[in-house]
This record gives sequence, structure tokens and C-alpha cells, in this order.
Amino acid sequence: MTRAGKVAYQCSFCGKTQEQTKRLIAGPNGVYICAECVALCREIIEQETPPPVPVPGQWTAKTNNSVSTSAPLTSAAPTRRQHVLDLDDWTPDELRAVLRRAADMREMLSQPEVRLRTLQGRVLVNLFYENSTRTRISFEVAGKKLGADVVNVTASASSVTKGESLRDTVETLQALGAQIVVARSSQSGAPDLIARAIRGGVVNAGDGWHAHPTQALLDLFTLERHLETVAGKRIVILGDILHSRVARSNIWSLTAARAEVVLCGPRTLLPPAADELYAARPVPGTGAARRVMVEPDCTRALTNADAIMVLRLQRERQQAGLLPSLREYSRRYGLNEARLKLAKPGALVLHPGPMNEGLEIASSVAHGSASVIEEQVTNGVAVRMAVLEMVAEALAVETAGTKE
Amino acid sequence: MTQREQLVLTGARLVDPSQHIDGQGWLLVREGRVVALGVVGVDGNDVDSHELKAHLAASDAPVRTVELPSTWVLAPGFVDLHAHLREPGFEGKETIASGARAAARGGFTTICCMPNTNPVIDSRATLDFVLARAKGASARVRPIAAISKGEDGRELSEMAELAEAGAVALSDDGRPVHSSRLMRLALEYAAPLGLPVVEHCQDEDLVGGGVMHEGAVATMLGLRGWPAAGEDVMLARDLALVRLTGAHYHAAHLSTSGAVELIRAAKAEGLPVTAEVTPHHLLLTDSWVAGERTGPLASALAAEGTALAPGWRYDTATKVNPPLRTETDCAALLAGVLDGTIDAIATDHAPHTLVDKDCEYGDAAFGISGLETALASLLTLERAGRLPLGTLIAALTVRPALAWGLAAGTLLPGADADIIIFDPGEEWIVDPARFASHGRNTPLAGVSLRGRVRMTLLGGAVVYDATHESQETLESAH
Repeated sequence: MTRAGKVAYQCSFCGKTQEQTKRLIAGPNGVYICAECVALCREIIEQETPPPVPVPGQWTAKTNNSVSTSAPLTSAAPTRRQHVLDLDDWTPDELRAVLRRAADMREMLSQPEVRLRTLQGRVLVNLFYENSTRTRISFEVAGKKLGADVVNVTASASSVTKGESLRDTVETLQALGAQIVVARSSQSGAPDLIARAIRGGVVNAGDGWHAHPTQALLDLFTLERHLETVAGKRIVILGDILHSRVARSNIWSLTAARAEVVLCGPRTLLPPAADELYAARPVPGTGAARRVMVEPDCTRALTNADAIMVLRLQRERQQAGLLPSLREYSRRYGLNEARLKLAKPGALVLHPGPMNEGLEIASSVAHGSASVIEEQVTNGVAVRMAVLEMVAEALAVETAGTKE
Repeated sequence: MTQREQLVLTGARLVDPSQHIDGQGWLLVREGRVVALGVVGVDGNDVDSHELKAHLAASDAPVRTVELPSTWVLAPGFVDLHAHLREPGFEGKETIASGARAAARGGFTTICCMPNTNPVIDSRATLDFVLARAKGASARVRPIAAISKGEDGRELSEMAELAEAGAVALSDDGRPVHSSRLMRLALEYAAPLGLPVVEHCQDEDLVGGGVMHEGAVATMLGLRGWPAAGEDVMLARDLALVRLTGAHYHAAHLSTSGAVELIRAAKAEGLPVTAEVTPHHLLLTDSWVAGERTGPLASALAAEGTALAPGWRYDTATKVNPPLRTETDCAALLAGVLDGTIDAIATDHAPHTLVDKDCEYGDAAFGISGLETALASLLTLERAGRLPLGTLIAALTVRPALAWGLAAGTLLPGADADIIIFDPGEEWIVDPARFASHGRNTPLAGVSLRGRVRMTLLGGAVVYDATHESQETLESAH
């Protein structure tokens, strides 16, 4: 958005000036629209199109049908979330809506010249307190494809050792105009803290052992592209689940999509009280029970699996004494071709990356026909675009709602 | 009240478990001490009883009579066996003066302060400093000295001299005594001094870098948990050492059902052990860390029609050591108070600055500022019919005093007139900004509670008066 000079920009629809609205979005050829009119337009569109927006591509249609047979489809549009912190409270409808939109985005990505203006004029900050090249780049590409001004803030030290609190950092970013913060931290709950401190939106790009919602969404997206639906499918999460935010978020989304999730790893790497946790928290919206099984025996876990998500094994786990040796881990839990044969024919192999080939996964499996690991990366951009768009829409509604 | 005055407090419900008193009555204070008290309806007593008149006639000092509402409770000032006053070293978190004001505001007249200051209270010099700072404070401050020099778990502190200088107990609180040998030596050395050795029961090796109770909530939040066994293991070891040495051992802030069971068995065996529990471990569960707020406090308030609003996830005010645990643990701890297994309710008042808590959960300091919410939060259990008022007050007065041999927690004639008067029905919203404590770290912020201290007397002198406080607040608002 241009702010130079004293030109009075106005909404081309209602005539509000820049001062009268929190946000004025520029279109081509000197056209502008204010946040309130965006919200209004959205409402009109939603009222006039009661069934979900038709989407190109047969996969999305099939997913929609297969899920709607069991889960009651509500006519209300799913909530647009201003913050995406975890997936524990997401309803199947919400998951479906984002994945549908991700399918559009993926289609769009196949035409490199296409860009959207959803985030035009918005400042998106990638606030990374932990190294992560792939997730940061994925969000950066997603943000840029949506027209955002992307700023990357990489802090190697934790906020505390740096002497500046996370809240101070967030307040500074806000003062500098950040509207969406994509946050990565080694501390569980850091994005929750940011969400309480900021007026904009927060997307969790991975916090401690807690959650990595966009990874789980892209995993679900990837699975459903191949399996049509995960409902009734047996998905094994293999490895260090105790320390894995990827596993935690995946358990919420996969069970909400009615998959049967099997957690497999040595007992020292499985989270305590997992049975109790998931039994006590049915799927929001439908009330369906979450199906989670804990199975430390690798052979039993992998038998008849429809997909296997292999988790990265941090070498520090062995130093911390959680494993006798990496060798024993690899021999007992590493996904090799023999173990893969236990799964159903055509079963998929996923890995959130980066991989330790030869440790938790054999190279031949990682690069074999069952692997969709590379596709996960591409899908990541599409899913993150859908998530960022949703957050931007929520912010637009919020802004419109708070204006007099 | 001037020293020359005789003060008669009448009309309120007198509750003094040390004398098995519970009824409407009167109490006479002269020269800073309790002279006499009487309960209406017992032995034909009434407020104008002959006994009171006789006592008044025995002195020519002027008489001031204060009529109190019959719904108010008059009790001995509370005795806290476990508070962190942070001075010297961490005056930003609390000072002895501010901590004592918080005590008076919460109804505590005797507070035993932990030695994990900087420097640690492990020498006569530091102990003398604390006692000097405590002169004229709004509560009696009784220091606890360190077991080991610098609380580093290696060499015994000069316990005999510390005892002589006024230490009431020995503890490395904040940390356990890791070495079994050092714990044995501490128990043996302390025994003839008559001081209890107070343990923060926690097997550091097992607990590791835990920040909350290990269980479903920790798994959901992705926070490192520490298992209840971490407390039980250490307590079991210590009890074996008590059996070996025969010395008085006191287990601080029990938090697990297993620990209650161990203390119960030890007492049945005749071991010289005592134990305490905090209000937050009786009332709150690990669900509070997730902002879900279930447990005895929530149930009691919900039963009264004032359901708690949800909190937020990773609220660092819920981060405390030992951690908030489960409903089962809460129930076992309460049963321990009811059957006498647990001697005292102690606050483990642990004030912190805003910065210590306004950060990521993993980085936040452990502790709850507890002096000013203890009574009101415990009264929810009383109204729910789960903790009789007499038992509640006993666990805050005579029982902790007896556990450590402190001359406090009683209204027996001749005792210091350390008295509190509270209105059990007064509703108030916990607003940390109004705390006298510098520590505003409480998970109860914004919660509506009932039961408020109206007046606290220390040696017969008013050290806290809620009426004046309200006026001051009004004046400063204008």
C-alpha cells in the first residue's frame, strides 16, 4: 500500500478514506477496497453460495463426499481462525475447508506466473527462534505468492539469553507493522504467548514438542491426495513421538479425519498417558472418539498399515540415555524394505524431514516408489498459502468488526 | 490500640482449635497479650459475663470494646511454615517488609522464611540481617536456615550457631538434599538442636528438566513432565534415614497421593515426621496449565453457581514446584489434612517479578504468590462441606505451631495477641495489582472468591485493617 504524499486514498466501494478504516487494500489501476467492504463482499458471496465452493480436481470432490457421509455437514461456514496454534480444537469441517483451498493453491502453483493479492500490503514476519530452512522458506514462498511483504527474523539465541523477552520482540514487530507472525520456537507455547501479545494473527511453525499444525495439515493433504480419504485408514507414526510436535499435531488432525493412528516406537520415546489424553478428547464438532493405539512392537504396528510417517530421530536421544544405541534403534525401528512389506501394498511413506537416511529410514525406502516425501514439500507451500489466507480473512473480519 | 488500653473484641464467632473453642464470644487483650476469652452459652457465659467484668476491673486501663458482626470469625493469627521472602538478594521479587504486609493481609502473623536468598541464610551474619530487617514488620518472621552451606548440598551449615541465633528449622528448600549421606548427617547433627530438617522431596535425577506434572496434559502441551514418583522416591529414602537417625523430619509441600501414603505409614510406625501441603496443591490440578481449570476449587465454585472462566494455555502463573497434579492427588492430600497425616497447610509463598513470569512456560520461574489468597481459596472447600472450618483453622494455626514447637497459633490466655478477624462471606475478585506482596504471580487472578481478612492484630496492635485499606484506595483514586 502506498503511503507517500498527501493523496487521500478512498475505498472505491463505500468512499471511506484511509483514516476511516483500519485497512485499505489497493487493487490495480487506482482501485481500493476497505476492510469493511471486503467483509461485506464475503458475506454476500457466502449467502449466495450455500454449498461449499466448487473446486476443480476430482480429489477434493471425493474427499468431500466420503467424509460427509458420516460427519454431519453444517451449513455454517467454518470459523476463520486468526491464530493457528494447534489442531486439537479443529473440527473436520475446518480441516476440510483448508485442504480444499490448499488444492486450489496447488493448482495455482503449477502456473508459476500466477500470484494472489490476498496478503498484498500486509507484513508477514517469519519469527524463527530455531533453525529451520525448509519450513521458513516454505512460509516465505507461500507469503510471497499471496503478495505479502515477507520479513525474516532469525534469532539463534533464545529470547531470554538475548536479554529481550519474547513479548518485547513481538511488541516491536507490531510497532513495525507486522500483521501476521509465523513463529518457530524451541519452547512449547511460545506462539500462544505471541498470540496474546499481538493484535494480528499468529501461525505456529513449530513450537517445542507441542505442535506443528501446518506440517500436519500438509501431511493430511498429501495422504488424502493418494488415499482419497484417510477415514478408516491405518496410519502408523513411527519413531520418537515423545519429542515430536509433528506427531502431536498429526494425531489431532488424522483422528479428526477418522483415521486410525498407531503410535510406534520404543517405550522411552512414547509420550506418557497418550491413551488417557486422546480418550478424553473427542473430535470437536462431531464428538467422535479419536482412535489412537500405542504399539511399541514394530512388526505388529506396521502390519496392514496404509501409510507410515517416519519421524526424525535426534542423535541427542541416545546421549540422553533414552536409547541403548542408534544401531539398536535402526535395527528395531528403522523403516527398511522388509518392514515396509508388512504394510498394505501401495502403502505410503512420509517423513517431515530432514531425514537421517540409514538411521530411521533406509535410503531405498526414502527414495522408493512408496515415498511421497518430496511431494510433501510442494504441498507444504500450498497448504501454508491456504492457512495464511484464512488468517488474513479472519483479520479482515476482525478489523471490520472492531470499527465503529 | 495503645499499650495502656484494654481491648474487648466481642460478637464474632471465636474459633481456636488449640482450646477446642468454636462459638460466639468475647476476647480481652491487654498489653499485647490475650488475657481471657469466653464463649456465649457455655457455662452461662454471655458478652456481659461476670468473668469479663472481673477481668476488666482488675486493671485501671481504659477499655475499648469493638463489636463485631456475628458472621465474622475471630481466630488465632495463621502460622505459615513455608514462605519465600527473597531478602536479601532478590528484593525485586519481595522484601521482608512487603512479604510481612502480604502476610498480615492474608491473615498470617507468623511466617517462617526459607533460606534460598542471596546470600543463602547459612551463616549467623545473614540470619541476623534477616532478623534485623524483620523488626517492626507486620508479621513475626521466623527464619529457616540452610542445611548445607550455600544450599549446594555438600557441607553442613553451622547449624548449632544458627539454632542459637534463632533459626526455627533447617532446609535447602528449592532443591532436595541429593546426597543420602548428607541427609543422614543433617538429621543426626540437627536432632539434639531440636530443629526439624525440612526436605523439598524431589529426585532431581528422575525429575530432570520437568516443568509440570507428567501426564496427559503435559503430553498434550508438549511440556516436559516430571512424574509423581520423583517425589515419592525421595520421601521414601528420607524416611529410611529418619528410621536410622530418629531425628525430626518435615516434608515440605506434599503434592502426590503416594507421599501422603508414605507419611501416613511413617506416622503409624511412630517416626518423628511432620508434613505440610499448600492451598494450591489441595485445590488446583495440572489442567490449569492448559487453561482448563478443573479440580476441587473449580468444582466447589461451580457448585455455588460461579463457574470459572477458562484460563489460557501455558499460563506461567501455574508453574510451580512441585507441580500441580491430578484430582486424585488433590483428594489424597485433603484426606491427609482431615485425618491428621498432614500437619499444616503452608503457602510456599513464592513471589516473582513480572519478567520472571512473562515469558515462555519453559523459561518461567517456579512459584505462586500465595499469602493473600490462601484463606479465601481454602474456604471454598469449607463451603463445599469438604473441610470443616475448625480443621482448616487448626491446619493454619495450632497444628503447624505444634509441629515445629513455635509459640504461636493459639488464643490461650497469656499468649501473644496475634489475632485475625475475617468475614467468611465477603466476596472479592483476586486482583494481583492490589497485593501487598511484590509478587503478583497467581493463577487465581480475576477469580471471584469469598472470605476476606478484615483485621489482623500482631501483639495486640493492628497491622492490617481492611476498612482503612478500602478508604486509602478510594482516596488514592481521587
